Amino acid sequence: MVLRVILYPNLNKTLFMKSHIKIFTLLAGVFLMISCGDSEKKEKEEVKTGDYSQEAPKKEAAATSSKDMVDMSNKGIGPIKSVTLNAEIDQALAVKGETVFKNMCTACHKTNKKFIGPALVGITERRSPEWIMNMILNPEEMIAKDPIAKQLLLESNMAVMANQNLTEEEARSILEYFRTLKEEI
Amino acid sequence: MKKINSILSLLVLVVIMIGCGGDGDRKKSGAMATNAAERVYVAPGEHDEFYGFFSGGFSGQMSVYGLPSGRLLKVMPVFSQDAEKGYGYNEGTKPMLNTSYGFIPWGDLHHVDISQTNGELDGRWVFTHENNTPRVARIDLNTFETGEILEIPNSAGNHSFAITENTEYLIAGTRFAIPSPQRDMSIEDMKGNFKGPLTFVKIDQETGGMELAFQVIMPGFNFDLAHPGRSASHGWMFATTYNSEEANTLLEVNASQNDKDFIVALNWKKIEEYVKNGGGTMMDAEYAHNVYNHNSSTATSTMKKGVKTVDPKDIPGAVFFMPIPKSPHGCDVDPTGEYIVGSGKLAAELTVFSFSKMIKAIEDKNYDGDAYGIPILKYEDILGGIVKQPGLGPLHTEFDGKGNAYTTFFISSEVVKWSLKDYQVIDRKPTYYSVGHLMIPGGNSRKPFGKYLVAMNKITKDRYLPTGPEMNHSAQLYDISGDKMELLLDFPTIGEPHYAAGIPADLIKQNSKKIYRLDENEHEHAVRNESETRVERKGNEVHVYMTMIRSHFAPDNIEGIKVGDKVYFHVTNLEQDFDVPHGFAMIGANTAELLIMPGATKTMLWEPKRIGVYPLYCTDFCSALHQEMQGYVRVSPAGSNPELKWSLDGD
Repeated sequence: MVLRVILYPNLNKTLFMKSHIKIFTLLAGVFLMISCGDSEKKEKEEVKTGDYSQEAPKKEAAATSSKDMVDMSNKGIGPIKSVTLNAEIDQALAVKGETVFKNMCTACHKTNKKFIGPALVGITERRSPEWIMNMILNPEEMIAKDPIAKQLLLESNMAVMANQNLTEEEARSILEYFRTLKEEI
Repeated sequence: MKKINSILSLLVLVVIMIGCGGDGDRKKSGAMATNAAERVYVAPGEHDEFYGFFSGGFSGQMSVYGLPSGRLLKVMPVFSQDAEKGYGYNEGTKPMLNTSYGFIPWGDLHHVDISQTNGELDGRWVFTHENNTPRVARIDLNTFETGEILEIPNSAGNHSFAITENTEYLIAGTRFAIPSPQRDMSIEDMKGNFKGPLTFVKIDQETGGMELAFQVIMPGFNFDLAHPGRSASHGWMFATTYNSEEANTLLEVNASQNDKDFIVALNWKKIEEYVKNGGGTMMDAEYAHNVYNHNSSTATSTMKKGVKTVDPKDIPGAVFFMPIPKSPHGCDVDPTGEYIVGSGKLAAELTVFSFSKMIKAIEDKNYDGDAYGIPILKYEDILGGIVKQPGLGPLHTEFDGKGNAYTTFFISSEVVKWSLKDYQVIDRKPTYYSVGHLMIPGGNSRKPFGKYLVAMNKITKDRYLPTGPEMNHSAQLYDISGDKMELLLDFPTIGEPHYAAGIPADLIKQNSKKIYRLDENEHEHAVRNESETRVERKGNEVHVYMTMIRSHFAPDNIEGIKVGDKVYFHVTNLEQDFDVPHGFAMIGANTAELLIMPGATKTMLWEPKRIGVYPLYCTDFCSALHQEMQGYVRVSPAGSNPELKWSLDGD
């Protein structure tokens, strides 16, 4: 838009055609918009403020609930591609996982009750082992892309899952600990 | 009409095509005349090529800029309180500003120097010093936080400052000569009685830890700038003096009487050896030594006593004076270590001394008398060359590693490039205005990165939009990769930069810490998880062990506090993700907020003065639920006996 400022005075001086200046200005404006205005137009499209139409976001939320989203074939998105669980729970690993969980996760998760995030009892029946570990290790991408994680974010009042920078070994131990959780009666 | 309009339209189109073509015509004025804008443009999301550490002068802090963009990346608090970061306000960092004079909330930070190995920048630490209450400091370049502050006793106006080429020693000189040791005496009797101690601080190669090694008790000549010898001259250090007259009043006239002042040449290896063999005497002194533990976010201040002093007369062959015209300021050593550039700030010429000639003159014992027993070398014997009519008011020189030197001229407001081979001026460019220091990344080392030069100007005037009588100082970035210097960019700086140090970003950025690990948190009152949070009363002291994570405090409801209590909030940030700090503020706290990095614990003291229910909240926007990150503290009357209770969500 700097161009307009530079162009007009120069042309006004050289052309000496006062009566046509208006038409010319108009024309120049049109051309400028065509040739230089693209970026401005895009900007306007991108910056959408004040769109308070209530339909769009709510529809998505109302359409589904994480309760209906049990999909053990969903491995999530992240570094964990495949986990093999032994039939028997590795108790030593589970104890280690409990410690890591206590220190790194309990600010937002309780095992038997929804807190900031969901209650974790029964999670190994709802989610695949890979999904659980990817959610721990790669939460930013999970809540952006994974359908279940996206839904859980909505149900958690947009409280994002924090990345606690755990190692794969630590995440694996937490998974083992989750396998030991039982519903409190 | 129609015809005219269509001609016009065509014309317009042509003009627009030229105008929008981007690369079209670059021969216009200003930034468009060259591609200067392009050369300092760092695209969104891209990183700068160099870090620049700029002294903040009377702000007491050091700022970090990206170069060539001139973008301010961070202000690192060193010698002054910084309410933004809680530095010098929270319980952990208050001890950093302790001195033998008590707590001092402000300092005047002058020169900065990055640690070196074999004379090359190594990016481990950046050191600096304080002029008013003599102190030196180390900033750790993994956390970008001040790690240590050491007070320099038996000194005043701590100014001449240098780091030796293997970071063996930090040198801190005395700018304002004083009685040594201090005593009650007439100011008029200064001459011959005041001293100018040069302090050597030993640096621990593992930790960067600083320890007072010895002080060389020099005559009271006012020591100004210092630089270490390097390569050939490693083991020596050089410092200018500007008041060999020893004037104690109206120095602007009375310290400018002598035709020549001195550069002191000091063989520190010889003195080190002397001290190692039991030389020197202990002098009474008291000084604070403040060390910050990054893992506990807590500093300790220790008062230490006594300093080893050395009389230069006792070590023959260790200290010499080089005469130099007219109140020298800068004293800069080229990358080979052979040339020592002295800038007599009131002289018409620039003097360059030769280190090899100096050594020969010392061997020949060809002296021109002595000053207080220290031999004075003959000017002609040690002269390497003279840069004739270089400009007015030379101050500082840096080097590009290609045989060129760059000197700033305060009075004629310019930076001048000249050759170390033939002392001829190659180029000169104006600065805006009244330049002091200049900086070339590595320009004060064996290996300069001679691509950019930054001039730090003392006067700003019309360079930016006016902001009332006070303007930030201005820096200017020049491209020095070609024969001629090119001005690329102006950018404002904080306080008054006395020097800066630049370094390729690649030498530092991979070491920059992202978080503090919770399992390495050594804070005395840290908690590891929410189940450890609690409130404890010890008499009228109440300790709140609190955690924070997106986006709540635990506990967030506290009752049982009374008017008159001293409430210590020990707040741990449980996050372990990069760039998720939380803040903590409490209504009525007579201090600054806490700003707590992931994995760290910090402590605030709050002394409630009135009964009621008072909020606390997070000050640093942390998540979509940041506004909800808040809590309440109930304050009951003094003398009452309320039950201590704390909870989060009723638990």
